[in-house]
Amino acid sequence: MNFDDTPQEAEFRAIARAWIGANAPRQYEDELRKSSLGRTVLKNANILEVAKAWQKKKADAGWACLHWPKEYGGRGSSPIERVIWQQEEGPFGQLSRMFIIGHGMCGPTMMAFAREEHKRSYLPPLASGEKVWCQLFSEPAGGSDVAGLRTRAEKDGDDWVINGQKIWTSGAHYSDYGILLTRTDPTVPKHKGLTMFFLDMKSPGVEVRPIKQASGASDFNEVYFTNVRIPDHQRLGEFGDGWNVSLTTLMNERSAIGAAVSTGFPELFEYCSSLMLDDGPAIEDRAVRSKLANWAVKASGLRYTSMRAISALSKGERPGPENSIGKLVAGSMIQDVATYALDLQGAAGVVSGEDAELAGRFQAMLLRAPGTRVEGGTDEIMRNIIAERVLGLPGDIRVDKDVPFNMIPTKGR
Amino acid sequence: MNFDFSDDQKQLRDQVRKFLAEKCSPKAVRVVLDGKAPYDKELWKGLAEMGFLGVAIPEEFGGAGAGHLELCVIAEEMGRANAPVPFSSTVYLAAEALLIAGSDAQKKKWLPAISSGEAIGTLALFEGKGNPSPKNVKLTAANGVLNGFKRPVADGAIASFAVVAARTGSSGRDGDISLFLVDLKAGGVEVKSLTNLDPTRGQADITFKDCKAEPLGAVGEGWSILTQVLDRAAVLCAFEQVGGSDRALEMGRDYALDRIAFGRQIGSFQAVKHMLADMYVSATLARSNSYYGAWALSTNAAELPEAAAAARISATQAFQHCAKNNIQVHGGMGFTWEFDCHMYYRRANAMALGLGSLTYWEDQLIDRMRKKNAA
Repeated sequence: MNFDDTPQEAEFRAIARAWIGANAPRQYEDELRKSSLGRTVLKNANILEVAKAWQKKKADAGWACLHWPKEYGGRGSSPIERVIWQQEEGPFGQLSRMFIIGHGMCGPTMMAFAREEHKRSYLPPLASGEKVWCQLFSEPAGGSDVAGLRTRAEKDGDDWVINGQKIWTSGAHYSDYGILLTRTDPTVPKHKGLTMFFLDMKSPGVEVRPIKQASGASDFNEVYFTNVRIPDHQRLGEFGDGWNVSLTTLMNERSAIGAAVSTGFPELFEYCSSLMLDDGPAIEDRAVRSKLANWAVKASGLRYTSMRAISALSKGERPGPENSIGKLVAGSMIQDVATYALDLQGAAGVVSGEDAELAGRFQAMLLRAPGTRVEGGTDEIMRNIIAERVLGLPGDIRVDKDVPFNMIPTKGR
Repeated sequence: MNFDFSDDQKQLRDQVRKFLAEKCSPKAVRVVLDGKAPYDKELWKGLAEMGFLGVAIPEEFGGAGAGHLELCVIAEEMGRANAPVPFSSTVYLAAEALLIAGSDAQKKKWLPAISSGEAIGTLALFEGKGNPSPKNVKLTAANGVLNGFKRPVADGAIASFAVVAARTGSSGRDGDISLFLVDLKAGGVEVKSLTNLDPTRGQADITFKDCKAEPLGAVGEGWSILTQVLDRAAVLCAFEQVGGSDRALEMGRDYALDRIAFGRQIGSFQAVKHMLADMYVSATLARSNSYYGAWALSTNAAELPEAAAAARISATQAFQHCAKNNIQVHGGMGFTWEFDCHMYYRRANAMALGLGSLTYWEDQLIDRMRKKNAA
């Protein structure tokens, strides 16, 4: 048992470190290091431009999408090399946020299902960040139950005509392309009537509207489709096979190993270490210490769980299912941590924004936290996944499983 | 990075699991649970023959000379099987205290006897309510003679010797405490068995009356040695707790698949599934924290105190959580003596206290994290 690199890993790390040292946009390092919880803001620069410039620079030197094949803009690296790169990229990895969906979900789906000429033309600019992609699955009527989606695609000559609405689309407002899951046959059970496409987000009839979230910020969008035409050669997978195609996409979403999840614990520990309560330092208060200790072991448990997965990659093995706990644990933990940080502030904890304690860091965390427990699979869906795929428990009994989609009862009928 | 046990260590795990499946079935555990024997003598003998008792003891002292990682692997299996033997008190506490502080003569006398299964050892630290603290040690030592009372002493009624914490000064500092080795079969010792939460591992009162004892380690060094012993034992116990957590989770999962109610497997109800998923989460966090503890223990890293406290807290929580919810999944049957669920519930809650309670370890963890941050 050790935490050492193999000689090959050490060599790769040294090369990566040297290149990053010579090329990374150091002027933003401090700001990137301090950004947390899904929001990266630069005071004096446009984050989108900085991110695209860094991604292009990496791509030109062969450091973009490391695990992708070279002919599609990647480096053909092993999974462990990808993890080492992430470790070395450190805070500059924050700049990859806007590409996560494209690189992590759209790219792998294109690789598995697109025509060869499309892969060669669309994937390299996706890898280099010149083109940004988004994923259009969730709908008002299909969130956790994504197979209940209603956006229609109807064949018209060599084209498909799309009508409907998507929601919770990250980055739709700056995306060039998207992968889109649609209903092509409402007369068969819901999982069987879906088909996947990719489309140009600048197509006529696509309208993107930002959602104002409960936190007040706008990170997501609604996307409306009115008679949008998609040529049939942009279909991904067979007609009616969209559910299986989407599983490829979602599996890739969950296989991001080694990516650090925010728990809020380091921030809380630092805060409590200097905070004075009425009776003395917070860190010497029995109740505070007990809370901190309980969160400390969750945070360290997640850290070492991730290291176990990395070790499996290092040995060329498939990581076990342990990593599936990350989002479930971190999501509710960050909410509890933020709630407690405000509790320690007493009545003044109600003040948010620049005037608040630590410029409102924990207040912002509290208001953003509900989203982390929902996005990318709710806590409940994550528990179902663990119970069914890890523990082998039976799936829920589904009353709509064998019913044609257009016969499933809804609120409206 | 290779943050995992080696193939050899995994093979050892399979070997131990197989051995315990044969020699330590729930039926065998029940002999001790029902009070028909103080511990499983046959199993103890078998563990010695397999070389498991002395796995981390150097060969020159009669052990197998493997290491702490191998011991962690065995500990996990002992916890999974709920083994009714004095493994933790003898191997994690007494043997480790000897390895850390024993003189050559003391090691030669006791370590081979531990490896061969002839000697059962324990640590006599607590004196009634309270957590590990120098100020809670009232038993006195003067001129090699002990006077005082210890409660509870794990496996005290079957132990052949004990490491005893005694007061040798009154400055109010850690240096007031010294450790002594006591042959419990010699005079000056009165032992009384206690009923306790987990009858598969005994607890006892021991009264020392003008009892002759030899120092273990230098006088005044007792608390520092004890802290190291407790850290090591915390990691090793964590592996037992991880093994117990996994077993309790498996039992709950199997029952949820087997039991039909309302016309379906109860494991198809989300209320039950989610409970089991949460048990898996706790058990996984505990395992990962324990692996880090194992790494720190096996390399004698500066991180050991923090890693041990984290492993202790995480594994204690996981075992308690899995054991109690295993009963919940079983419903009424889980609350019968006949079903095995309560054995793990008892063990989980007894283990949560044995090296000091969660409150104590939470406090320790924060102290140690602060120390690290200050350094």
